[in-house]
Amino acid sequence: MSRNGPFALLFHALVVVFMLAPLVVVCLVAFTPENTLSLPTTEFSLRWFRAVFERADFVDAFYNSLILAFCAASLATIIAVPAALAITRLEFPGRDFFNGLFLSPIIIPHLVLGVALLRLFALMGVNGSFAWLIFAHVLVITPYVLRLVLASAIGLDRSAEQAAQSLGAGRFTLFRQITLPMILPGVAGGWLLAFINSFDEVTLSIFVTSPATQTLPVRMYVYATESIDPMMAAVSALVIALTALTMILLDRVYGLDRVLVGKQ
Amino acid sequence: MKWVDAMRQGRQGYLMSAPALALYLGLLVIPLGLTLVLSFNVFDYGSGINSEAYTFDHYVSLLGDPYFYEIFLRTFWISALTTILCVLIGVPEAYILSRMGAPWRSIFLILILTPLLISVVVRAFGWSLLLGADGLVNQTLQALGSSPMKLLYTPFAVVIALVHVMLPFMIIPVWTSLQKLDPAAEQAALSLGASQFTVIRKIVLPQIMPGVLSGTLIVFGLAASSFAIPGLLGGRRLKMVATLIYDQYLSELNWPMGAAIAVALLLLNLLIMLSWNRMIEGRYKKSLG
Repeated sequence: MSRNGPFALLFHALVVVFMLAPLVVVCLVAFTPENTLSLPTTEFSLRWFRAVFERADFVDAFYNSLILAFCAASLATIIAVPAALAITRLEFPGRDFFNGLFLSPIIIPHLVLGVALLRLFALMGVNGSFAWLIFAHVLVITPYVLRLVLASAIGLDRSAEQAAQSLGAGRFTLFRQITLPMILPGVAGGWLLAFINSFDEVTLSIFVTSPATQTLPVRMYVYATESIDPMMAAVSALVIALTALTMILLDRVYGLDRVLVGKQ
Repeated sequence: MKWVDAMRQGRQGYLMSAPALALYLGLLVIPLGLTLVLSFNVFDYGSGINSEAYTFDHYVSLLGDPYFYEIFLRTFWISALTTILCVLIGVPEAYILSRMGAPWRSIFLILILTPLLISVVVRAFGWSLLLGADGLVNQTLQALGSSPMKLLYTPFAVVIALVHVMLPFMIIPVWTSLQKLDPAAEQAALSLGASQFTVIRKIVLPQIMPGVLSGTLIVFGLAASSFAIPGLLGGRRLKMVATLIYDQYLSELNWPMGAAIAVALLLLNLLIMLSWNRMIEGRYKKSLG
């Protein structure tokens, strides 16, 4: 049962159409039998999907992106959670500076980070290394985890923790039994947001990837600037389909709105 | 006793921040420092970067050349417009979503946030299909009897696509803070005769402000740093700062000039963010008494 008025529902419908229109169009064009970017009118064809799987560069780039996003998001979470807890509940000199520093990649253009890391990696002779690419991604996605964990830790009711502490709970028990469950929405949402951002990241990656470590968005960006054909729509449709599948799985296993906003 | 406690908190605080600090020192502070140095290095198209010699030339041409000035101004207004549109669309939408019934709420939240998971390149490509010369929008216009418009490779296309990409970043933090609202407060106000508008203004908005502000910060930062959207939808002539730097690095191969523009972009971005932050903090302190 909705408590929204008709105007609110109309607004909502327009937002939904706006958000989905480009994705729906991409999926439709992917099935075109023509050589041009046109909506299929008479028949649906799979020819452009076959073309994608014959491209080893696109398949490799996809696996690169998946491994990269998983490793980077997990590392970022491991780094961000203790830092966020230290910033919200401990008094120490330089705390505000740390807070600003750790959130700074949000306001530092990825392109600036990209060229800065390109310079560093070039001087170190590690440009194109996959391990360093992971660390580069950890740097840009840590702020997202930190922000959500900070947001969930800031308004937290401390009485449960104080009660547990006064009853003799150790530091680790306190974290695992009381604090972590309370900030879990922030941690889970942060990991997801970090994963998404790493998987999407093209701007920084374009500078610090080599042909062997090229991620899917970089491969697609380069392809889209060189030539535009329905194969690009087919790759895009596959990315959309895989994403939708992941979301459904995640929803079954954990509950998507719980991941995003931490509802029980 | 107090002193001992402060010592303990300090040690623990540094220990817990140490991994993050190491990461940021090695991959943020040092590379940015190197880039700052690079921006003062002498460059010659024949011999390349001369790390031994220093010059202010790149900054002088950055300040003197109206070409650069125009690109910076364009980047700023496109980002600001995108942020405003995201607030105007994202905040009401998050509120509407939060007031929906059980199945619809999750379904629409997922539908609206799903585009987040999809690469920005895919979404830019989708908009180029929609806004192209014979894209769906122009076909609709023609069917309605209007003449086709040039939409692709205009600031309009860039702003539309940026709003599409950034909207979930506004909705998520607002939604998160909406979840912390106690519905009893709203109900109490309504039962005491407050109008729906008063409830939103006096009860909902003040409590979700932190979410709105963090969304604003994220959206502006990302829009100003956006590269793929102007790169794919702005065309060759509609340059934004990010695409300009990319050209300097990878087409012109003039790394020091690119570094100088990157430093300027960074400083302007920081300036705007910090003054914005200061203003917000001031307002919060005032409202807390």
